[in-house]
Amino acid sequence: MVDIKKITAKNMTDKEFFFGHKACAGCGGSLAVRLAMKVFGEKTFAALPAGCMSAVGFIFPQMAFLNNAIISTFPGTGSMLSGMRAGLDALGFHDTHVVGFAGDGGTADIGLQALSGAIDRRDRIIYICYDNEAYMNTGVQKSGLTPYGTKTTTSPAGKNLSGAVTHKKNLFEIIAAHDIAYAATASVGYPQDYLNKLSKAARVKGTSYIHIYATCPTGWGISTETSVSLAKEAVDCGLWYLAEYENSTFKINRKLTKPELLKEHLLKQGRFKHLKDEDIKVIESERDRKWAQMMEKWG
Amino acid sequence: MKTQMSKQKVFISGDEAVALGVRLARPHVISAYPITPQTIVVERLSEMVEDGSLKARYIHVESEHSAMSAAMGASAVGARAFTATSSQGLLYMAEGMHYASGGRMPIVMMNANRSLALPWSIFGDHRDSLSMLDSGWIQVYVEDAQEALDMTIQAFRIAEDAAVLTPFMINLDGFILTHTYEIVDIPDQSKVDSFLPVFKTPNKMSLEKPKSMGFSTSPADNMEFKYQQHKAMLDAKDIIHSVDNKFGEIFGRSYGGMLDSYYCEDADYVLVTAGSVTGTARIAVDNLRSRGIKAGLIKLRYLRPFPDEELRAAAGDVKAIGVLDKDISFGYEGTIFTNVNSALAHLSIRHVSINFIAGLGGRDISIKDIEGIYQDLEEAVTVGKDKSFAKVRYVNMGVEIDG
Ligand SMILES: Cc1ncc(C[n+]2csc(CCOP(=O)(O)OP(=O)(O)O)c2C)c(N)n1
Ligand code: SF4
Repeated sequence: MVDIKKITAKNMTDKEFFFGHKACAGCGGSLAVRLAMKVFGEKTFAALPAGCMSAVGFIFPQMAFLNNAIISTFPGTGSMLSGMRAGLDALGFHDTHVVGFAGDGGTADIGLQALSGAIDRRDRIIYICYDNEAYMNTGVQKSGLTPYGTKTTTSPAGKNLSGAVTHKKNLFEIIAAHDIAYAATASVGYPQDYLNKLSKAARVKGTSYIHIYATCPTGWGISTETSVSLAKEAVDCGLWYLAEYENSTFKINRKLTKPELLKEHLLKQGRFKHLKDEDIKVIESERDRKWAQMMEKWG
Repeated sequence: MKTQMSKQKVFISGDEAVALGVRLARPHVISAYPITPQTIVVERLSEMVEDGSLKARYIHVESEHSAMSAAMGASAVGARAFTATSSQGLLYMAEGMHYASGGRMPIVMMNANRSLALPWSIFGDHRDSLSMLDSGWIQVYVEDAQEALDMTIQAFRIAEDAAVLTPFMINLDGFILTHTYEIVDIPDQSKVDSFLPVFKTPNKMSLEKPKSMGFSTSPADNMEFKYQQHKAMLDAKDIIHSVDNKFGEIFGRSYGGMLDSYYCEDADYVLVTAGSVTGTARIAVDNLRSRGIKAGLIKLRYLRPFPDEELRAAAGDVKAIGVLDKDISFGYEGTIFTNVNSALAHLSIRHVSINFIAGLGGRDISIKDIEGIYQDLEEAVTVGKDKSFAKVRYVNMGVEIDG
């Protein structure tokens, strides 16, 4: 791959592409979109399905994107991106990026079929899933990426259940199983790692996918100023991980550094406040199982 | 195609006629998912893309929802997009259909009219497209393979007109049209190129003028967009007429615009049809006329926009009107019947009007059935004077529902 200048917080463009939108203060999703657009630049055609980022960025007549952007149907982001790519290529605009920004629900649940189709076709599109671990736009309902024990409005914590009863769907590996050209996980708590991955994705010939852990103060019950530090801590204590899939190979970018922070980390968040020790044990053992497996297979 | 007869005339099915029409229209992007009886369209188009005779991108989508979604993506960057479907597939696209019309994306789609499950049936009726009548798409129903090809070309020109910018659905009766072979005249590519200019729209994302599309509105703005959409569809009527006339000048065939009437001038009894059954009804009218019965026929070509004025002009002073619906809106009556009555209600006289439900799930409609319909109309005029008569009748079943 050609050696191009590494984009960092210091040298990245001052130009804003996603601004004046109505996302909550401390929104991890909007940070993910903002940083991505600084890497991809003005020759980008973006599609965003129904979800928080489209809801806050396209309120007529105030549009938040400087570049071309369109709201896709909730299930149809992958295929709308394919159509945009095909149209641009047919009209001779090859030197452009076609990028999707979709929430966890729009990606892992209702949009999975269209996304699978796009990856299967090897279309030259970049798909970014900002994972705030629930359907936020409709009022914090459980999605396929909501972790075990999360209190949402459809997985309440009560006498009988401690919130969501299933673990997160393993979307990164589902995407990789398509033998996609490039896939990565990231976190808004590790911006440089994310910037590197965005730069890689921008150069990929086929389909690329980045799954970024994106804190949501409103849905998670956290204070806005802890949004970035909690996204970092989630990686440090192993509830999320930084990894890549490239040339048909997985790679872990960061080892598990602070497993002991798990309980403290969980209890800082309103959505986990109700968890009892036995629930935390379930989460812990699932984390350990997952890490043991990842280290063995990809480490 | 192997079945070539002369340079211009070929012996092909309705599906193949659509595919040839699409090739002549030079779309940039085709996205489609297979479903009987549409499959031949997408198979032929795939072959044309493979052999290089059609320079389009063919997107193998994983569903009809994605077929529409991809077509919208292509249209939103200023590309000409085509898709085709039928029945269950059309309904699976429902979200995208309202989306495309609201987004003013002039996508052209062929729909092979087919019954809806349950019970499953691959055979034709109009319940699929009529259930999408309110989705904001222009809907035309064709009578034969030639009209299917010609309308495929006209469709792009009408849909892409700056005053219209509305998606366009061409309906072919499943099997009866899609799979029946007819002699079809193939227009010259160069003539089509001059008839159908390169697609240009201000309603697109572009590098010169970046834009946000598909946005949301507050209650303060939404109605204006919906009004504009409605107005564009109404304005499409004039464009439909002028495009049809222009097509006639260049290719020597035109279709009457919004509707086509047959022996209506002095008719006492008129039957209203849509699609392929019109051909059968023409023969029935000929037979009745030879027996001295003043039968007339109106083929509704477009159901959206609806030819209300044209209908009033054509059927203003008949004694009775029958509407043949290959459709039933359960709990009421056929959808075309409702639309026809609403148009006629603007006249000062009240017609005897009867709804004939026929051909559901592909059941054959014979010349005799249609002659029977005219006989029913005649009787209703006599009986209707002093007695009420059944308003909705299932043809060939001996069932009548009092209206
Ligand atoms: C077909 C369809 N079903 C449901 C909805 C309602 N809906 C809109 S956004 C949304 C949740 C989005 O959640 P996610 O994709 O996780 O993104 P987030 O809001 O968290 O950013 C839902 C359920 C819709 N717009 N379309
Ligand atoms: S609810 Fe969460 S994801 Fe949505 S805008 Fe607010 S912080 Fe961002």
